[in-house]
Amino acid sequence: MNKIFEIPLYPYTRSPDQDAQTPARRKVVIVGAGPVGLAAAIDLARQGVEAIVLDDNDKVSFGSRAICFAKRTLEITDRLGCGQEMVDKGVIWNLGKVFFGDRKVYEFNLLPEEGHQRPAFINLQQYYFEEYLVKRAREVEAEGAPIELRGQNKVLQVTDRGDHTELLIDTPEGQYTLEADWLIACDGAGSPIRSMMGLDFVGRVFEDNFLIADVVMDADFPTERWFWFDPPFNKGQSALLHKQPDGVWRIDLQLGWDIDKEEEKKPENIVPRLKAMLGEDVQFDLEWVSIYTFQCRRMEKFRHGRVIFAGDSAHQVSPFGARGANSGLQDSDNLVWKLKMVIDGTAPDTLLDSYDTERIHGADENILNSSRSTDFITPKSETSRIFRDAVLDLSEKYEFARPLVNSGRLSMPCAYDGSPLNTPDALPDGPARTRPGAPCPDAPLGNRFLLDDLGDRFTLLTLDAEAPDTFEESGIAVTRRALSVADDPTGALTARYLGGAPAAVYLIRPDQHVAARWPAFDETAVRAAIRRATGQE
Amino acid sequence: MADLILKPNLDRADDVYADLLAAHEGLSKAESDALNARLILILANHIGERTVLQQALDAARAAAPE
Ligand SMILES: Cc1cc2nc3c(=O)[nH]c(=O)nc-3n(C[C@H](O)[C@H](O)[C@H](O)COP(=O)(O)OP(=O)(O)OC[C@H]3O[C@@H](n4cnc5c(N)ncnc54)[C@H](O)[C@@H]3O)c2cc1C
Repeated sequence: MNKIFEIPLYPYTRSPDQDAQTPARRKVVIVGAGPVGLAAAIDLARQGVEAIVLDDNDKVSFGSRAICFAKRTLEITDRLGCGQEMVDKGVIWNLGKVFFGDRKVYEFNLLPEEGHQRPAFINLQQYYFEEYLVKRAREVEAEGAPIELRGQNKVLQVTDRGDHTELLIDTPEGQYTLEADWLIACDGAGSPIRSMMGLDFVGRVFEDNFLIADVVMDADFPTERWFWFDPPFNKGQSALLHKQPDGVWRIDLQLGWDIDKEEEKKPENIVPRLKAMLGEDVQFDLEWVSIYTFQCRRMEKFRHGRVIFAGDSAHQVSPFGARGANSGLQDSDNLVWKLKMVIDGTAPDTLLDSYDTERIHGADENILNSSRSTDFITPKSETSRIFRDAVLDLSEKYEFARPLVNSGRLSMPCAYDGSPLNTPDALPDGPARTRPGAPCPDAPLGNRFLLDDLGDRFTLLTLDAEAPDTFEESGIAVTRRALSVADDPTGALTARYLGGAPAAVYLIRPDQHVAARWPAFDETAVRAAIRRATGQE
Repeated sequence: MADLILKPNLDRADDVYADLLAAHEGLSKAESDALNARLILILANHIGERTVLQQALDAARAAAPE
């Protein structure tokens, strides 16, 4: 049977744009049909903005690559209309074990916070994640949304024409030229567009190689994350075992710097290594093997006029902490509503500069976290190894040392503290987690969840406070979502949105981040906050 | 918030110093380094305040010979 990543899902077909006398002009052209480009296209198209996706390939990600998708990503895909599929297929896990040398030093239960529709994260092969996005794109297309996926369309050249960008594209039937009002470059870590534009991509290279093997096995290993520091079967290095759907297991083995990659990838070298890890008599098949090195780096700016970089093209992190695809989805989430407003003429072009500010803040947080995990997992000096081993030895005996063990920190959405779109916090005793800039935490409301009703537009969330049901400021419509502590069966809403305050009014952005909050509705203040959140002040 | 104490604060300084040496008695260099690292981490957790630890790091750096 063919694997899903071997089947062309959006095969090349000829577009009328290839026969146009003068180059066709499109609203938004997205280069790259990875997780980020697909999410951006679906989000734009379902809100009526034309989105054309070009990819030099016609299949989903080869091999699983990303396997951990965090709650925030699932909430974003819920808004796009395919979150349920991800969760239904994904593997949910909470238990982890940490080994050091030949002994288990401790185990943990993540005990995710209650009162969220989505789990803290799921394990799912990136090829499924992309497959469901492609399916969703087809669905919105069938519903009449202006979206198009063009397989085997390779971008060869981009030229800045001031009010648009010109693209030269290669296809199996020759080249054509296309014009884009806006170009989103989601063309991955090696971004050809970044190179064509001569832009920088600086950061830190980690001198290490990792062997990644996805194996299919019928073993009754529990659904847990196992992490080894310096195991007997991979002396001096690290190892990871993690479950994916369909009986596929992710195995990650650190190999060190001075290795022969081609040699290491040969099954006769891989299989004995895996047997030493899994046990001699465990039966398994190799699904996908790859050796990777990594870097932590970002572009200095993500926005370059009418060309905007999102996902791996803009920033790259080490895989520890699962921040690549997860942060890329947050880029798209942040960008799409702003771009739509600029295209619709309801916000000035400068609103897009806040994409730069906010997502660079996010990228720096991710780079910091994933660099720290990498430094712990692969100590680069004698002293850092001594401290690392000391932490692990202590963790076996003393609880205090366990939070210092860093085998990757769970990807959390970034709060846009200090963003120019935020209005200073005006809710006395409001919880810190819902301060302006923060992503809205979910909460159960009887038969539904709070996040089901937020997003895509500006919302005025009122908790035991009066406010008009609809509201308009500078052409921006705001709808009210009125809630009361009486609708709060579990107390989560109160704890997350009121804290010590008796009532509250929140202005929530289309990407479900808090823009402003007050103890009561004050028309002048709300109007000013809307203008501020849309770059008009 | 407490400040780092840099005035004499040990009741019986000679005894404490002797305890430190005794703990390292008979250890190889690698074992001693590991013991020191565990000790630093235990003490850091006991202090529990990042600002005090930062002052301690500064003070330790500042006392290095030229
Ligand atoms: C081993 C490994 C494990 C990982 N684990 C995780 C994890 O657990 N969680 C997580 O969140 N992330 C993880 N990641 C990172 C994740 O895979 C990436 O962050 C993610 O794929 C980035 O998505 P993207 O859409 O930005 O780019 P990509 O997925 O790289 O997509 C770029 C697309 O652009 C296309 N393209 C490139 N050039 C052109 C051109 N000239 N013309 C047309 N199209 C072009 C490519 O064909 C490709 O389809 C992992 C990565 C690796 C390698």
